[in-house]
Amino acid sequence: MAHIDINAEKGTSLWEDAWRRLKKNRLALFGLGVLVLFVVSALLTPWIAPYAYDAQNLDLGATPPSAQHWLGTDIFGRDLLTQIMYGGRISLAVGFVATAVALVIGVTWGAVAGYIGGRVDAVMMRIVDILYALPFMIFIVLLMVVFGRNLLLLFLAIGAVEWLTMARIMRGQVQALRKQEFVEAAISLGLSPMTIIRRHLVPNALGPIIVYTTLTIPSVMLLEAFLSFLGLGIQPPKTSWGLLISYGAETMEEYPWLLIFPGLALTTTLFALNFLGDGLRDALDVRRSAD
Amino acid sequence: MWRFIIGRLLQAIPVIFIVITATFFLVRAAPGGPFDAEKAVIPEVKAALERQYRLDLPIHEQYIAYLVDLSQGDLGPSFKYPGRTINELIESGLPATAELGAYALLIAVIIGSLAGIAAALRPNTLQDYIPMSMAMIGICMPTFLLGPILVLIFGIHLDWLPVSGWGDIPGDKLMPSITLGAAYAAYVARLSRAGMLEVLSQDYIRTARAKGLPEWQVVLKHGLRGGMLPVVAFLGPAFAGLLAGSFVVETIFQIPGLGRFYVQAAFNRDYTMILGTTVFLSTLIVLFNLLSDIVAAWLNPRLRAQLSE
Amino acid sequence: MNLLEVRDLQVDFNTRNGHTIAVNKISFTVKKGEITAIIGESGSGKSVACYSLLGLLPQPPASIESGTAVFEGRDLLTLSESELRQIRGRDIAMIFQDPMTCLNPFMTIGDQLIEPLMFHKKVSKASALARAKELLVEVGIRDPEATINNYPHEFSGGMRQRVMIAMALINEPKLLIADEPTTALDVTIQAQILKLVADLQKKRDIGVIFISHDLAVVADIADQIIVMEKGFVVEQGDSNAIFTAASHPYTQKLLAAIPSDTKVTTLNDPEPLIQVKNLKTYFNTGTTVVKAVDDVSFDINRGEIVGLVGESGSGKSTIGRSILRLLPITSGHISLDGQDLTKLDTNTLKQTRRRMQMIFQDPYASLNPRMSVYDTLAEPLLLHKIETRKTVEHAVLRLMDEVGLARAFIRKYPHEFSGGQRQRIAIGRALATKPEFIVADEPVSALDVTIQAQILDLMLDLGKQYGLTMLFVSHDLAVVRHIADRIIVLYHGKIVETGTSETLFNTPQEAYTKSLLASIPGRNRLAS
Repeated sequence: MAHIDINAEKGTSLWEDAWRRLKKNRLALFGLGVLVLFVVSALLTPWIAPYAYDAQNLDLGATPPSAQHWLGTDIFGRDLLTQIMYGGRISLAVGFVATAVALVIGVTWGAVAGYIGGRVDAVMMRIVDILYALPFMIFIVLLMVVFGRNLLLLFLAIGAVEWLTMARIMRGQVQALRKQEFVEAAISLGLSPMTIIRRHLVPNALGPIIVYTTLTIPSVMLLEAFLSFLGLGIQPPKTSWGLLISYGAETMEEYPWLLIFPGLALTTTLFALNFLGDGLRDALDVRRSAD
Repeated sequence: MWRFIIGRLLQAIPVIFIVITATFFLVRAAPGGPFDAEKAVIPEVKAALERQYRLDLPIHEQYIAYLVDLSQGDLGPSFKYPGRTINELIESGLPATAELGAYALLIAVIIGSLAGIAAALRPNTLQDYIPMSMAMIGICMPTFLLGPILVLIFGIHLDWLPVSGWGDIPGDKLMPSITLGAAYAAYVARLSRAGMLEVLSQDYIRTARAKGLPEWQVVLKHGLRGGMLPVVAFLGPAFAGLLAGSFVVETIFQIPGLGRFYVQAAFNRDYTMILGTTVFLSTLIVLFNLLSDIVAAWLNPRLRAQLSE
Repeated sequence: MNLLEVRDLQVDFNTRNGHTIAVNKISFTVKKGEITAIIGESGSGKSVACYSLLGLLPQPPASIESGTAVFEGRDLLTLSESELRQIRGRDIAMIFQDPMTCLNPFMTIGDQLIEPLMFHKKVSKASALARAKELLVEVGIRDPEATINNYPHEFSGGMRQRVMIAMALINEPKLLIADEPTTALDVTIQAQILKLVADLQKKRDIGVIFISHDLAVVADIADQIIVMEKGFVVEQGDSNAIFTAASHPYTQKLLAAIPSDTKVTTLNDPEPLIQVKNLKTYFNTGTTVVKAVDDVSFDINRGEIVGLVGESGSGKSTIGRSILRLLPITSGHISLDGQDLTKLDTNTLKQTRRRMQMIFQDPYASLNPRMSVYDTLAEPLLLHKIETRKTVEHAVLRLMDEVGLARAFIRKYPHEFSGGQRQRIAIGRALATKPEFIVADEPVSALDVTIQAQILDLMLDLGKQYGLTMLFVSHDLAVVRHIADRIIVLYHGKIVETGTSETLFNTPQEAYTKSLLASIPGRNRLAS
């Protein structure tokens, strides 16, 4: 189409607009940077970790940070940086996978309930209400006890808790958008329901979903770390940040670095995700771009 | 209003029923019985034990028997503490947990809302940035990390506060309460800041200013009620998280409360203890949610009117 | 006697997006015992000027750069916040635009009413309440004993505005500033509130500043008129002078924007294109059934513009949406060109939709914010296979020419346009499929008055060019009179009266129609 709009002014879509605002938010950019760094290093861990995961040196024992072991070693003489990198793989994987589970279930459930409306909506949201009232934290502890500490189950269990809010947000979005006049206009043009959902509803509902997804990942990671700390999550020989913190807490009097560095890894990630989420919330706020 | 409360109570019944049923069958579905761990159990003794705990009955009869006991407020005997009932154990653990939870909640509400309101009064100044940065730290610093770090600093290095116990040495309640309350104070601060900012931008606040009222009256009389509604609505669901947090805090500080019982019971596969505490805690959570809904409705005249229709 | 003298007032805004001068060196005086109207469109600085006098603007971003505002010998702009507070609500009181949001929903109206009295005059609660009840009666609220303990949501919009007025008057202020106090109200309510404000002003002999975007609204009540545009006062003077001999082109433009009584004639073919028979559209709210449209029948002839008039809750928008099958109807028949629309299967309905389109009220909500002008206008053309992917861009550009949008804007998104431009995009979308019938649902009520006139002209032009049949839904009788051949008056879902524009305006039969006509603002002034 370049043959006509030589004189056309470049428009700024709301996505470009949001990105421009996000770029101005230094904390959010910092969050994004840290996150990318951590994710890349988690993906490359087997190749870039300074030591092998199972390399022990019982003679060495726990040593504070040094030139050979930047973050020190644990009581078995294992390199702490290597441990944190491998633990990060699991912690981040739990965060991303469980959030993805929640995202898929929640968005589908909410979109269907919101779009169909009426009795179907009432029944579907009633189910969500009842599930909301269940004390899931206690249930997850129970599940882990009963079925053993199984990574897949952990994903499913955490995802099963977090989808509820996602479903509510999506339903609210769809319901609000359906009443918008541009959707009525699309109906009166004769567009099919599928096209309306794809072209008019989803792109407009995406903002809040992206924001909430970014904020769900840290709360999922926190939940995993909580369970691992209690000894109900990830199980040795696998490790996660929560597990490392739990070990670190046991020996913190003698070897404080074993608590501090894994703790730092977890909090930095949570900071990064929360900053990014807050930044996205400000940047994607449609009302804000209107004025 | 009464109809609303009764209606919500009626809604809570199926929820609690689902919790009881799901917990009961989940626990029974667990591989391995409670007495498998003790290797030297003679078959006759084991059979006697199973009879005592009704494990010899078909599962549906066990379930019905449990429900019958429960309807009389009897949570059954403990597997791991022979001769003691779950009721007794809960009674012994509850006071410490309740006290810890109450202090944590107080810290969360008072410090959190003061910080949030202060931030909302001067947004985008130091008065906003400092409490909100603290809140961000509070949200990103999980209980199980904050606890050990506080112990490390104030308990071990500075030696100001005792590192464990509950009610034994003066001041030993301070660190656990702060550890548990900190994250919630952070959430409350963020919620009350957002709520107050929202309310303070409303037209009726401008009306109040146009009346010539001093700023503190505008904020307290006209702003506070609407601004605090999100906080009230948050407290119900937060209570569930607070209980879960007490598992960790009671473990770290060795507090003889319900949370520690629960975690121990989970490791010991103490069926009746898990069942009993789950039922008890769930009921508590459901009731607390109900309470926060009622308070939120009571604060909002419009909702109150809808409810009393 | 001058009550307030404003000289060289300048208010700037410093935001991240830059520096703007909202009020630029304006001067005016308000006399005791007179109503001074400040007229201007959005962004003219009319409200900013008044709010800055009372220290009600958040600073920053606002900053008062220069000027004096002498009220009773004191310059308001140099007073401290606590000195200003002594004046606010006691000597100068305000009423705001939207009574729905300006009263605190968490307090009873009694508590809100007595607040200024107790704060400024330190009277006892009992005597404050007694005074509040007297005032409620005076502003026309019956049974104050019972209503004083009610919450705002228990009142209608008009009643809330009466409460607001009582609250403003409770300290017997010397100056009342009313910021668009009737804009959010229905026409008949608007007329009542205007009369109330004028009566109370006469009785108390106080000064009033009446801010409005609409010259017609203040035509009957204002003694003095100040016209503002983009921060400047472009013209001010005696109300008569403004209406009869306005000198500034912008004032003339505003006056011209008041829809004239003269009806624009359109083609009219006595063959009905749309037939509505016994239409009923009910909404089930769970507890009650709302009869939004209750047994309505009418025809629209080919080429005719029919005005559908009513206040909020009359069912006028529901009828438009029912005809276009955007809402499920309860019973009745609707036909387009003899074809019963209520009996069409999905596929035929989709084909038929290109023949009938809708233009919506809110141009901010009626365009998908994530679609550019090109996407929005190309969608109907491609959907109905009117154009191919290759030819569609030319068609979009032609459409943009027709609705008066610069071609260079083709890649821009809705949020980059003004309200009037957005409405042009929406009109372009509605006309893309070359429909025969258009439902226009309050298409200009969200726009500034001068823009309103432009959009109405555009619609009339295009209507003629395309030979459109139109159902024009509006609450604004003056607008409808200007554009419609025939008018249908609705009340609570039923047709009250039907007639040609001429007969309905000159010889209304029903009492409701008469009261509607009497409520048209500025009728007396503009008739003379």
